[in-house]
Amino acid sequence: MDTFVQQLINGLTIGAIYALIALGYTMVYGILRLINFAHGDIYMVGAFVGYFLAFQLGFAAGPSLVGLTVVLIGSMIAAALVGMAIERFAYRPIRKYARMTTLITAIGVSLFIENLFVAKLGAAPRAFPQLLREQSYTLFGNAAISKSQILIFAVSVLLMLLLQWVIFKTKVGTAMRAVSFNLNSAKLMGINTDFIISFTFALGSALAAAAGVLTAQYNPQIDPLMGIITGLKAFVAAVLGGIGNIPGAVLGGLLIGIAETFVVGYGQNVGVPTTFRDAVAFAILILVLLFRPTGLLGSTVQEKV
Amino acid sequence: MKRLLLSLGLIASLLFAFACERKGGPGAGGNTGTIVVGYYGDLSGRTSNFGQSTKNGVEMAADEINKAGGIDGRTIQILSEDDEGRPEKAATVVTKLIDQDRVIALLGEVASGNTLAAAPKAQAAKVPMISPSSTNPAVTQVGDYISRVCFIDPFQGDVMAKFAANTLKAKTAAVMLDFNSPYSRGLKEFFEASFKKLGGEIVNEQSYTQGDRDYKGQLTAIRSKNPDVIYVPGYYGEVGVIAKQAKQLDIKAPLLGGDGWDSTQLWDLGGDALNGDYISNHYSVDDPSPAIQKFVADYKGRHGNVPDALAALGYDAMKVLADSIKRAGTTEGPKLRDAINATKNFAGVTGIISIDEQRNAVKPAVVLKLQDRKYIFVETIYPEGMTPPPTKSSASPAAAAPASSPASAASPAAANKKPAVPKVSPE
Repeated sequence: MDTFVQQLINGLTIGAIYALIALGYTMVYGILRLINFAHGDIYMVGAFVGYFLAFQLGFAAGPSLVGLTVVLIGSMIAAALVGMAIERFAYRPIRKYARMTTLITAIGVSLFIENLFVAKLGAAPRAFPQLLREQSYTLFGNAAISKSQILIFAVSVLLMLLLQWVIFKTKVGTAMRAVSFNLNSAKLMGINTDFIISFTFALGSALAAAAGVLTAQYNPQIDPLMGIITGLKAFVAAVLGGIGNIPGAVLGGLLIGIAETFVVGYGQNVGVPTTFRDAVAFAILILVLLFRPTGLLGSTVQEKV
Repeated sequence: MKRLLLSLGLIASLLFAFACERKGGPGAGGNTGTIVVGYYGDLSGRTSNFGQSTKNGVEMAADEINKAGGIDGRTIQILSEDDEGRPEKAATVVTKLIDQDRVIALLGEVASGNTLAAAPKAQAAKVPMISPSSTNPAVTQVGDYISRVCFIDPFQGDVMAKFAANTLKAKTAAVMLDFNSPYSRGLKEFFEASFKKLGGEIVNEQSYTQGDRDYKGQLTAIRSKNPDVIYVPGYYGEVGVIAKQAKQLDIKAPLLGGDGWDSTQLWDLGGDALNGDYISNHYSVDDPSPAIQKFVADYKGRHGNVPDALAALGYDAMKVLADSIKRAGTTEGPKLRDAINATKNFAGVTGIISIDEQRNAVKPAVVLKLQDRKYIFVETIYPEGMTPPPTKSSASPAAAAPASSPASAASPAAANKKPAVPKVSPE
């Protein structure tokens, strides 16, 4: 029983990370119908900005809550700017062209960021400094939860609530919903759609950067290619939940995280090797596309005539 | 007609170029001129700490030889290539070193998977290759031009199994394997076989792949079996994180590993979570023997940090190569190969090196305890048939390890139990 609870906690931890990243995919898709494949790399950029901030500001010397907060917020701001720059210079000029063009551009941007980082920093993994004094708390039996896991849960729930508030309670959130409903009508209503799109990218990128810094506390190894697989899984999470649907992205992220951990933890009992952990996400993607293309919480959108 | 002549001329010049390919060039085999040695390793990839350390060791040895007048008046030049830790790249850069740079011998790689990819190229071109630290048995089975100056995995796996069963008194063990690494697979296999033979039981087996972000699923499954020790024969990048996540799960059993753990980055990743774990390695920097202390001091002077085992093995590989060139009197492939393979009782930093019929070095291993960013000597384990030297050549465990640690308290008792049991050298 405690093993099961432990695996559930493990799964929810990585699930929360996937959920944070999936939110960025789903918001951008909701507004532009664009799958921003560079989003996984923003997660990596966030982790690296946090790494350099920690060293530049002297927080790498020892764990401190102030250091963690500064690094977390700093990398979120930096990643938001990077996200806005990508939108402004890569996607905006080609927005009026076919959707395939933007999709391919997104893949290009992703490769560009990855290889820029490899060229400038090398592919060797680096060790993210410990900003949180690690400690484990026993729940019952053997089931334990560590401080970094609590941090991941707390920060991601906080950010998700904040996002919910922005989208449903603020003026800019209302505008975002209007743009996602119909971009041209929103423009006709006097909404500055360019600003709203830019804002959406900033929001999604900040969440991904937060995910980057949080995982780095859980697993301190960071490298320029860390965003590829994690980004793809987060994308699958967004599709599983119903792409364009915000609660769906969170649900999808948590489900993928749990599925993956259970494959590792229990797969061997039924003859599925541990190394299938990455495959499970894509198996889920195929099943979703076959049987429920709209995802768990997505609604069927009537094609407009 | 004119066109025909032209094309004939072109073909002739091409043929001429090909005919000359294996002759001349900077590193041609022979008895005069600079000796060009190729080094290939991971200088920018996931295991770049390995490649960089080995390169430092190789270059330091070459500089020392050159400063002392070279080999019979010929100086050594090291050409380095980066294989990014990828097997296919390793094969490519080795082909380049052989065909373009005409190196007379090759030093590398650390990771067995990469050496295995490159070795057939060296064998085909008849260029001797000495691997400083690839421990998988298959490496030297590629052919008679491939040799190494380190022990092999059957021995290394055996050492840890004996240490776990005899010194730590472990009855049960779990294993966590790096799925795609021949190094890790080899160690796992030999550890398990040896541990079972000593009466132990393997209660759980898990695997991961390099670059995984999360190991808690595997570790939780291992925890539910409550093993006495957990054997993790992987490389430092993943192992550091595994140790950290094991501590987060409140796993008390010590992790055991091999020489793949030895890197400064291990501590950056794992930190205090690594305290109390054990690894088998090639040498101990605590060893008071003057040769080792001089090497450690010289290396610190050059690079500012304590040399890891890979630096020491790189150093030894270059020294063995130089010694073989001197004995062969030439750098021609076949003669140099014979000289390397005939190496006997060469006094290296990592021990006395003798190359056996399988072109492996027969050497003792040390077990080190990880404590506060240091590798503390625990005991030396000798291969079967090899007796420890009568003189005290290794650090005293009582002096090096804290007196309260279970290992140092238990080791003298374990030393004199059965004849097959490893002998603990000092005390």
